[in-house]
Amino acid sequence: MFDQLSDRLQATLSEVRSRGKLNEGDVDAAMREIRLALLEADVNFKVVKGFTKTLKERCLGSEVLESLDPGQQVVKIVDEELTALMGGAGRDLAFASSGPTVILMAGLQGSGKTTACAKLARHLGESGKDVALAACDVYRPAAVDQLVTVGERAGSHVYEQGTDRDPVEIAAWALDQARADERDVLIVDTAGRLHIDAELMEELARIRKRIRPHDVLLVVDAMTGQDAVGVAESFAETAEFDGVVMSKLDGDARGGAALSVKAVTGKPILFASTGEKLDAFERFHPDRMASRILGMGDVLSLIEKAEKEVDEDQAADLQRKLESDRFTLEDFLQQMRQVRKMGPLSGLIGMLPGMGAMKQLKGADVDEGELDRVEAIILSMTPLERANPAIIKGSRRKRIAAGSGTKVQHVNQLVKQFDQMRKLMRQMVSGKAPDPQQLAQMAGGAPRPKYRRR
Amino acid sequence: MSTSWQEIFDLGARRAEAGREPESEERRRGVFRRLRESLSKSRQALVEEVSASLFDRLDEETWERLEEALILADAGAPTTAEVVERLEREVEGGAVSADGEAVRDRLIEILADVASTGRGPIDLSGEPAVLLMVGVNGTGKTTTIGKIAWHLSREFGLSVVMAAADTYRAAAAEQLAEWAERAGADLVRSAPGGDPGAVAFDAVAAARARGADVVIVDTAGRLHTQGDLMDELAKVRRVIAKQMPEAPHETLISIDATTGQNGLRQAKVFAEAVEVDGVVLTKLDGTAKGGIVLAIAAELGIPVKLIGTGEALEDLRPFDPDDFARALLAE
Repeated sequence: MFDQLSDRLQATLSEVRSRGKLNEGDVDAAMREIRLALLEADVNFKVVKGFTKTLKERCLGSEVLESLDPGQQVVKIVDEELTALMGGAGRDLAFASSGPTVILMAGLQGSGKTTACAKLARHLGESGKDVALAACDVYRPAAVDQLVTVGERAGSHVYEQGTDRDPVEIAAWALDQARADERDVLIVDTAGRLHIDAELMEELARIRKRIRPHDVLLVVDAMTGQDAVGVAESFAETAEFDGVVMSKLDGDARGGAALSVKAVTGKPILFASTGEKLDAFERFHPDRMASRILGMGDVLSLIEKAEKEVDEDQAADLQRKLESDRFTLEDFLQQMRQVRKMGPLSGLIGMLPGMGAMKQLKGADVDEGELDRVEAIILSMTPLERANPAIIKGSRRKRIAAGSGTKVQHVNQLVKQFDQMRKLMRQMVSGKAPDPQQLAQMAGGAPRPKYRRR
Repeated sequence: MSTSWQEIFDLGARRAEAGREPESEERRRGVFRRLRESLSKSRQALVEEVSASLFDRLDEETWERLEEALILADAGAPTTAEVVERLEREVEGGAVSADGEAVRDRLIEILADVASTGRGPIDLSGEPAVLLMVGVNGTGKTTTIGKIAWHLSREFGLSVVMAAADTYRAAAAEQLAEWAERAGADLVRSAPGGDPGAVAFDAVAAARARGADVVIVDTAGRLHTQGDLMDELAKVRRVIAKQMPEAPHETLISIDATTGQNGLRQAKVFAEAVEVDGVVLTKLDGTAKGGIVLAIAAELGIPVKLIGTGEALEDLRPFDPDDFARALLAE
């Protein structure tokens, strides 16, 4: 489950509001939560240490101490600091003033270099540049074939000389060819290599020296854990890379490696690779990454997911019902079933910022068992009862409880919470943000599915 | 003693080819030495040596440094907290004496214990035995298949058919073809863009026709977040079962040792789609320790069965929880 840092911080600092002021103990508690969240996100242990230290200093400053909602304020600061750390005045790709711009790609085995080469080729080709590729991975079986195939798809010529030549020579030859053919850009693919493989790292240094690239890019897999720092430091030393391409960002890895690499080497993340198709490639957005690392909820993805499952008409219909307060238990049952279809519930709910608060504050676990129960209760109601829960009293409650194998208090609870939820959803649909306190009152009941049409 | 090939592969009724003697103790130790070397290419430190200073004095700092070592090994905060707390309790309760050596030994025991959850051999008792390789992109599936085929042939004299069921990735079949040649295995493939299930189906059929011992099915790397691709994988599995009801007999997921906490998520989602029997922990020749497999074993009951330690055919070893635990703490 994507635990929400903001919710955890709110929970941690919830009593502060009554006390009115934040003391050092509170800040320490908050730092612990942040530390855990960042470690969960695979940010390097030492980077986390340094970061929370800086953060603590800022948090002890007056802007937090006097703030009315310290939890939210802390989150805001963390988000700002992370964004600043990962963004800042990075550099764009450097281009040659004359002759081909040479871009060298490096990284560990399996990081996604070859795919990234083709994507970058396509990306640069879009602005009209004549881009060629050089196949310098002579070790990995069929690596040259792979680059030739994807290069073709990207509309780029691939210079290759098979696998029997020294990669340094192939690179040099490719550059000569690129010059002769008057290419605008030459992207050089290299073999994946371990940063502790002295021989191969030395080979990379030799390639670099030989072709003198304008840009050296390190490709880093978004799911890399603590090891990212060691790798980045070694490559920084030997290959002196200028920027990073984060790959496989379409997964659900939080991507803390991005922060670690930037923090330790100071090199910017230039591009994000977000899928296997060639067009899944874009400039890196530090602010989006910061939110992702913090687990702030990927509402965009949730909406996209929901859009796949819920068709337009259904969604519009739902919105109308919510607005006019005609949303019934029958509708709720349908929505719940659709939400369950979308995937493991906890993961889904975790995607929504603020939803974690419900779980936290009551200490109850939102689980499938509860949903089964809610479903059973609703199914034991008559259509009239589902449409108008207000009529559910006395004997009806007993009957529903008996029919669903639950207790009368569960039925009461559902009806009460449904009512509160309906009010809340009406608020949200009309554009108001839900009050966490109201959410807290509903905690322990079934989760509320939330679809918001853009 | 390190786990042997005989222990990690369950060959069922098959007799290993006559003339192949089981690994002698000598050879195993020599292999372990090579393992240490390949685990730290340019470093002097041997895997067995835990940094002495870590356990000199038992104070608050010790526990912190222990935590740090485990976090840096990608064990994750929850697993680290559990293990360290357990150890602390044992020391405080007197079950473990408060001296460096005893604490170190006990910690290794605990870690090995966690890493042993769900431990069992790779089921190759089927005739033919069908092994399905799955995993996220770039984790080393294809290379591992080459290594497994080579070891099965060399250690046990088994014949292998590889199925190039990655019909998506550019030159994937060519890549596997190269490995088939190196390992002396047969290959079944289709045109690019073909149906992966069909390739697997054909491979099993071919293996039965030829009387081959093992079929290893390569699949395209896929992110566990791609629901439709996970469905496709489930379908491949069903199609294999159509050819042979009990197959695939073993499904292995490759996990890159550099993977952080996402590894747990990967294992979980893949297991939901296709019932994963074990993990191949790859690229352990780097500096990453692969600590996430502790969580995978503890929370999902899925054990590591093999480890990959390089890009050559020989660079594959049966997983040994004890060796792994020691390596986690080594600098």
